[in-house]
Amino acid sequence: MTDYEIVVGLEVHCELKTATKLFCGCANEFGAEPNTHICPVCLGLPGSLPVINRKAVELAMRIGAALECEIKPSIFHRKNYFYPDMPKDYQVSQYDEPINVGGHLELPDGSRVGIERAHMEEDTGKTTHVGQTGRIHGADYSLVDYNRSGVPLVEIVSAPDMRSAEQARAYVSELRAILVAAGASDGKMEEGSLRVDANVSVRPRGETAFGTRCEIKNLNSLRSLGRAIEYEAARQGALVDKGESVMQETRHWDEAKGKTQSGRSKEEAYDYRYFPEPDLVPLAPDADWQRDVAASLPPLPAARRAALATLAGVAPVDAAIVVEQDLDGMVHAAIDAGGDARIALKRAANEVAGRRIAEPAFVALVTMETNGKLSTSQARTVLAEILDAGGDGDPAAIAAAKGFEAMDEDALATIVDGVIASSPDEVEKYRSGEQKVLGALIAKVRDAGGDPKAAAAVLRAKLS
Amino acid sequence: MTATEIADAVRAGTTTARQVVEEHLAAIAARDPELHAFNLVTGDEARAAADAVDLAVANGQDPGPLAGVPVALKDNMCTRGIPTTCGSKILDGWLPPYDATVVQRIAAAGGVIVGKTNLDEFAMGSSTENSAFGPTRNPHDITRVPGGSSGGSAASVAAGFAPLAIGSDTGGSIRQPASLCGVVGMKPTYGLVSRYGLVAFASSLDQIGPFSTTVEDAATLLEVIAGHDSRDSTSLAQPAPPVRQEVTKGIEGLRVGVVRELLTGCEPDVAARLHEAADALSAAGAKVDDATVPAAVYGVSAYYLIAPAEASSNLARYDGVRYGLRVDGADITAMYGATRAAGFGAEVKRRIMLGTYALSAGYYDAYYGQAQRTRTLIIRDFDAAYENFDVLLSPTSPTTAFEFGAKADPLTMYLSDVCTIPCNLSGQPAISVPFGTDGAGLPVGVQVMAPALGEQVLFRVAAAVQRAAP
Repeated sequence: MTDYEIVVGLEVHCELKTATKLFCGCANEFGAEPNTHICPVCLGLPGSLPVINRKAVELAMRIGAALECEIKPSIFHRKNYFYPDMPKDYQVSQYDEPINVGGHLELPDGSRVGIERAHMEEDTGKTTHVGQTGRIHGADYSLVDYNRSGVPLVEIVSAPDMRSAEQARAYVSELRAILVAAGASDGKMEEGSLRVDANVSVRPRGETAFGTRCEIKNLNSLRSLGRAIEYEAARQGALVDKGESVMQETRHWDEAKGKTQSGRSKEEAYDYRYFPEPDLVPLAPDADWQRDVAASLPPLPAARRAALATLAGVAPVDAAIVVEQDLDGMVHAAIDAGGDARIALKRAANEVAGRRIAEPAFVALVTMETNGKLSTSQARTVLAEILDAGGDGDPAAIAAAKGFEAMDEDALATIVDGVIASSPDEVEKYRSGEQKVLGALIAKVRDAGGDPKAAAAVLRAKLS
Repeated sequence: MTATEIADAVRAGTTTARQVVEEHLAAIAARDPELHAFNLVTGDEARAAADAVDLAVANGQDPGPLAGVPVALKDNMCTRGIPTTCGSKILDGWLPPYDATVVQRIAAAGGVIVGKTNLDEFAMGSSTENSAFGPTRNPHDITRVPGGSSGGSAASVAAGFAPLAIGSDTGGSIRQPASLCGVVGMKPTYGLVSRYGLVAFASSLDQIGPFSTTVEDAATLLEVIAGHDSRDSTSLAQPAPPVRQEVTKGIEGLRVGVVRELLTGCEPDVAARLHEAADALSAAGAKVDDATVPAAVYGVSAYYLIAPAEASSNLARYDGVRYGLRVDGADITAMYGATRAAGFGAEVKRRIMLGTYALSAGYYDAYYGQAQRTRTLIIRDFDAAYENFDVLLSPTSPTTAFEFGAKADPLTMYLSDVCTIPCNLSGQPAISVPFGTDGAGLPVGVQVMAPALGEQVLFRVAAAVQRAAP
């Protein structure tokens, strides 16, 4: 069997977090009673006309700026096809002149994924096919909710730069964080705020040409994305191994069966007959507006990781969990209060991640550990107690209750003096340049009840 | 009485809007069974609107410049709760939940809408023979067509059913029937009048405009309906130029160009009337000369790609899913097909197929793309002509009103709009003013054209044509 490399490109549809829809004043709200946020425009009634929502354009530009795209003058096209959840039987979308072109996204592991474009379009209504198949063919009847019709979307199209299911998941995860940070999306995949289609192909490792790709739809979670890519890559690899070829097609992920299944047949292949939407005028955001939008962006995850990593002297990937969980503000607060950056980052990443702690408690704890008032193991014990109590508590009081009285410097100095006096051989070796014996001396200080962390500095000072 | 005279009398209290509307409803009742200008006469709503105008006058309020004036509305503009058919079976039973912007503006100006006028289905045609509800007859000769597609609106003004009417003009659908019915019909600059609530045929060409018996009345109605509308993205932001003041001004020194290319193929009587009109303008002090707009000859070809392309998309929504006609089928695809097969007439189907083909992968550039480039050429040639002329002159229609069935061949019918189409492609304003008759006594129209937003000079010259008309 050949060793295949997986090639993945993703198309992510992001619903914009606007108050109103893309072309009318109806509320953009998930979960309302069906067909209550509708009007002649989003129902596509005869005679109605679209008017662009300025806020949606602004959010699209924020996405572009966050992905380091070039923001360009753009126009809308009509994508023509018949479907009952699309009231005009065409979708207003951007085609060959999109608003955001060429950008990239940096993953926590430092790899980069290119962004080909991030264009605006309107969402369709939501169809529920009632019947055994759950699909339009074979349905007993279908229900359509037009509340979603005309909701603003930005479709973010990546380059085929990903090489594993894991990397694809990391990309979506990172993109979601960026979209949320940029204020463009609520990031809720379960509500369909982010919808992912995956273009998957395989090629023998070392080959530079791409294989034939399939587009996988119906990926409603990071888990299905990963499973679908792995299933699909294996399916395609097996086909090629058998000497068969992969047919370019749209495939549907069946979460229950854990399989992708062929979607539209070739006979139904659509010619969308794109042409410029005559009911809208070109979008040409001026330079001032673009500047304002870019300037209003908060620090994005990659920058936040880098900032923390630099302070702590670690790799950006080590700051990933802290930034992903929005704990970096708290870590910075601890550092600003005099805490050691590496200690602060380590406590946040290893202990706090996934749980809650009040910022003052975290800052106090990190400061105490940094100042040697708590040993590493004591600090972790105190932190665990605070976290178990729901995140509130006074580290000093807990430490006192546990008898972790801070050892004062005089007491430590006395212990260190005793260790030096009783270890002439080690002291001799250290002074002759064999620095690694310091570890043995620190161990003796620890055994004598001193804080090993603080001991190193005291030992060095006394032996120099 | 002209619209202006009616509004003055109603505002002065010398007559009532109710009396005016009753007279016009009586005229409709007497002769519309013969002409079929209306798909629907909205007598009750008209009486209620007239009573509201009279009440305002009684209370010392000014109902507006159209106080009590009956207005006939082309049946492709949305009226809340009142059927809007577009002359098609496919909208059977549909009641719009909203009023078009023009409808709101007419009501706000005191106008009284008396009914919905007949048209070629979805405004596709030049004779009103394509209406699913039967043709409208020309009031001057009921064996002949009124022109189209706004044939019902033109006929209603010509027959005295209403002093004013509203039409839509995509390739000449106001001006050509105005010419054939002997009334004034005007297409404004694209974007001057909101299209919100006008059921789209070809969005980049459609424009709403007035019909009337006098140029002054057309100016009055245009002032009411023109102006920015935030619900139409293609609506122009700047204030509409006032035009009513222009109709009494002279035309001394204005440069008038007679477009050579638009005279070829005209009936001799039509060409003769045009030259007489040009001579009359010259006599009134204008400088008249020959003008050339070379690319105008490609207008019909470009139009019959662009308009059907946009129409094929605009008319996709009539799919039987939520409103209008539905013919059931075994599955949704069959339902779409059966509904559209039964709901659309032959001409609409022809244009949907033309447009679908023109936009298809592999053909887009050769057809739609090429047509758009031709459109750019036409604009360029008009712009060049307007460097030498303030307005341009041509016949409105190459022929006078023709008999029913005389242009059964689609291509022959399409050529009816050869003189009017170029201004739709260029977006520039144009007006048709009656100027005499042919040998058979049928009305001839003269078309005056002006640069974009040149409505003021357009109305000045149109008024001069009207004054000189035999």
